[in-house]
Amino acid sequence: MVNKGKHPDYKDWEVKELASSLNRFPERKEKFKNHGGEEIPRLAVPDRVDEEYLENIGFPGRYPYTRGVQPTMYRGRLWTMRQYAGFSTASESNLRYRYLLDQGTTGLSIAFDLPTQIGYDSDYPMAAGEVGKVGVAIDSLADMELLFDRIPLDKVSTSMTINAPAAVLLAMYVAVAEKQGVESSKLNGTIQNDILKEYVARGTYIFPPRPSLRLITDIFKWCTDHTPAFNTISISGYHIREAGATAVQEVAFTLANGITYVQASLDAGLELDNFARRLSFFFNASSDLLEEVAKFRAARRLWARIMKQRFNAKKPASLMMRFHTQTAGYTLTAQQIDNNIVRVALQALSAVLGGTQSLHTNSRDEALSLPTEESVRTALRTQQVIAHESGVANSVDPLAGSYFIEGLTDRIEAQASELIGKIDKAGGVVAAIEDGFIQRQIENSAYEYQQEIEKGERIIVGVNEFQTDERTKPPLLRVDPNVENAQVQALKELREKRDNKKVEEALANLSECARNTSNLMPEILAAVKTYATLGEICHVLREVFGEYRG
Amino acid sequence: MTVQKKHRVLIGKPGLDGHDRGAKFIARALRDAGFEVVYTGIRRTPEEIAAAAVQEDVSAVGLSSLSGAHMTLFPAVVGALKNSGAGDIPVLGGGVIPDEDIGPLKDAGIKEVFTPGTPVEQIIAFFRTACEAQEGPRT
Amino acid sequence: MKKSSGETPLMTSEQILKGLRNRDPRGIARAISLVEENDPLADEILASLDDSLVDQAMVLGITGPPGAGKSTLTDRIISSYRSREKRVGVIAIDPSSPISGGAILGDRIRMMGHSLDQDVVVRSMATRGRLGGLCAAAGAAVRILAGSGCSVIIIETVGVGQSEMDIIRLADITALVLAPGLGDDIQAMKAGLLEVADILVVNKADCAGADTLAMDMESIARERGGKDNDYTKVCKTVASEGKGVDNLLGAIETVDASHRESGERRTRRKKAYDLEVLDWALEMIRPSIVEKIEKSDIERKGDPRLWAAKLLEQT
Repeated sequence: MVNKGKHPDYKDWEVKELASSLNRFPERKEKFKNHGGEEIPRLAVPDRVDEEYLENIGFPGRYPYTRGVQPTMYRGRLWTMRQYAGFSTASESNLRYRYLLDQGTTGLSIAFDLPTQIGYDSDYPMAAGEVGKVGVAIDSLADMELLFDRIPLDKVSTSMTINAPAAVLLAMYVAVAEKQGVESSKLNGTIQNDILKEYVARGTYIFPPRPSLRLITDIFKWCTDHTPAFNTISISGYHIREAGATAVQEVAFTLANGITYVQASLDAGLELDNFARRLSFFFNASSDLLEEVAKFRAARRLWARIMKQRFNAKKPASLMMRFHTQTAGYTLTAQQIDNNIVRVALQALSAVLGGTQSLHTNSRDEALSLPTEESVRTALRTQQVIAHESGVANSVDPLAGSYFIEGLTDRIEAQASELIGKIDKAGGVVAAIEDGFIQRQIENSAYEYQQEIEKGERIIVGVNEFQTDERTKPPLLRVDPNVENAQVQALKELREKRDNKKVEEALANLSECARNTSNLMPEILAAVKTYATLGEICHVLREVFGEYRG
Repeated sequence: MTVQKKHRVLIGKPGLDGHDRGAKFIARALRDAGFEVVYTGIRRTPEEIAAAAVQEDVSAVGLSSLSGAHMTLFPAVVGALKNSGAGDIPVLGGGVIPDEDIGPLKDAGIKEVFTPGTPVEQIIAFFRTACEAQEGPRT
Repeated sequence: MKKSSGETPLMTSEQILKGLRNRDPRGIARAISLVEENDPLADEILASLDDSLVDQAMVLGITGPPGAGKSTLTDRIISSYRSREKRVGVIAIDPSSPISGGAILGDRIRMMGHSLDQDVVVRSMATRGRLGGLCAAAGAAVRILAGSGCSVIIIETVGVGQSEMDIIRLADITALVLAPGLGDDIQAMKAGLLEVADILVVNKADCAGADTLAMDMESIARERGGKDNDYTKVCKTVASEGKGVDNLLGAIETVDASHRESGERRTRRKKAYDLEVLDWALEMIRPSIVEKIEKSDIERKGDPRLWAAKLLEQT
């Protein structure tokens, strides 16, 4: 339906990007109507579309992507409702995943326990007390097979929150798929694989920055050939924000990390327009609703401009920032936990109004322990209510044009850009990390924020205002302390059953490969198939690459 | 010396958890309240933390844990201090700790447990009391 | 001393002295605290130390601007000395907040790998906003560490304020650690520190600008030096990877040998000793002078120096 009097660029967009998208898949409904029968516009634009509008706001699915990376956004497809889960044993996690798939999640998100994230087996001394606590313990391919038992890997999209040992977990996933008879080219999903943020915000690093970047570019290369539908990195701002950063810092440091990965890949000989389309991002959805909406739009626009101007990317897919969002864990309280449901709903709303591709909503008991099944269900329902009842998904980027939102979008972009400039001047992200510049920035923001709360300048409902005396005692999910024993036992048995000679050979080859410059993925895959454990593989790499000391 | 005596404390994170926002905040808040804070960072074993506490002659140790491993790790620090002949140094703990665990932690020798949302003034006051008791009537 | 409600009582004087002799970490730590606080027990503790051990120990000063990687380098130096079977003591000095008087003592983080090694003793010390007394405290800590058998004692400090500058004079040998890209505002700092440095270290030597920095330092060293300047070495290190550390130790050894031969070591020790005595003396008379000033009811007018002279006449 083409109106008279539309700006020629608008019409151009309609016949190009929009038509192309509608050809690939139609919108969810023939017509989007409100209760009174009035049709809801696909895209609200000002009466007069001018140069300013075209340059800075534009159209969804067209540079600079301020309004979104797809022309029809949620009218075409809703965001992926992806709930992060995983705890204790692989078989229990498997049950939880199958439950979630039944309840309507469209993608799996796997949380690993700390020993796994740091490349240690469950029987490593420092793993004591940590096994299975914050996620699932994966010691070897055997655990991975249990984790995906009866889950067809060609039918799901799996996101794995794994960084330092991402190569190993990815290899295990590919090996499981092979056993299922699924070709690696059919695999869909993401590995977080973002080591730079670990040094400043999350702490689950293993090796120093430079060898870590080599591992990452090896993964990029290998996946381009073998798992082209897999997102090989989720450049994360979520944790940076959780560590105390402001919205501007979240954008700046995340995009600076992105720049570093792009540069490292170019230096490793990769073609920009080949790997850039597989870069994805991961942001935080915090409590200031309007600021968050502006933040997402600013980040999208800034990245597009960086890819075009700094790196000269040519293909549209290389310019589009696709991202996953998680609601802010740090804003949840242990007091009056039902309030958290409200917080999460508003935060999720900001992510949807900001154009996220997938979303995880936190459960209300997140400040206390790992969530119960009921809490997880409520968190998922929150997304479903927003999607189907609130109406915000029926028009693309509905807040565009708001003086407040556009002004704030501009300001966030400008300030983030300036901060990225400072990092460039400091010699880049790796230098800024070694110097402590990024850590100090985050620490100072965290301190200010907390002090505001302590002084009552920033109100947190139920904590420093509107408190009650009663302590809610929600049913908490406890990790069975026998999990650790069971894992340790399983490891023992594994080491007896497998062909240890093959394991040794594979590890020796891996060590050799690490010392020279060939791609590590094939050797890691080979080692994984011999049932070498995660700890054994990472130990070999630790010997060659060294360990990062924070 | 003409200078005031300072309370020396240690803040550290045992185990593998890397989220140090809370620990860093407490360290800074204690510094702003006049304490000398030996901050030992993340990824330390209970033995390392105890050894550092002894060498630095601190009057209190503060531990932070957000990964749910506190029931193993906090008592392990208490044990490691005892083994080094420093069982008298009070150990305080904070982080994501369910209410039900507070009693058992105290039984295991943790002097006080701070759950999320505890005002920092309260935490500082507790450290101060613990240090004063530990240091005794020094002239 | 008060017995706390914990397992063991805080240590008695006998236990501390015994602990010192037996190299017990707690005994050493308590001893340092007591001397730092000028506790009545300090005399006994210091008197019990074996002077010859103090004489023999080598005191190494590591200083430089923030961001140069001093703590990481110190950690590696410790490892090197440990592999040569030496018992190492470290005094890491951090600035106190001028507002609150508190301090974050964070140097230790980089050395935590040695926590379980009984032959590495690390003590963090805050400047406590002292104009004086820091040398006295640090000097005493050096003695105690030496008395407990440490043959190498490292003093690590930032080298900004006057008090930190003085600390470095306690060292037999001082290494100034620099790194490329730290900015021009450290020029001023460099100037002061270059006076005291025996060895110049360019850390992060794998980064851009390191070679230029090393060359600049070499020419400054040559300019500054007199006839015997061939031992003002410039060493390159990459502390984060442990590179160049053995070479640095070699340079330290060379300087040490040269100082012993030329009598420079004895001269410096005498100066350091005098400095400690002066610091203690000032600390000891400070309370009585402060009291006199506070108690005085004269009008606070006119030249303060006249009044100060009068006060001193009275002591």
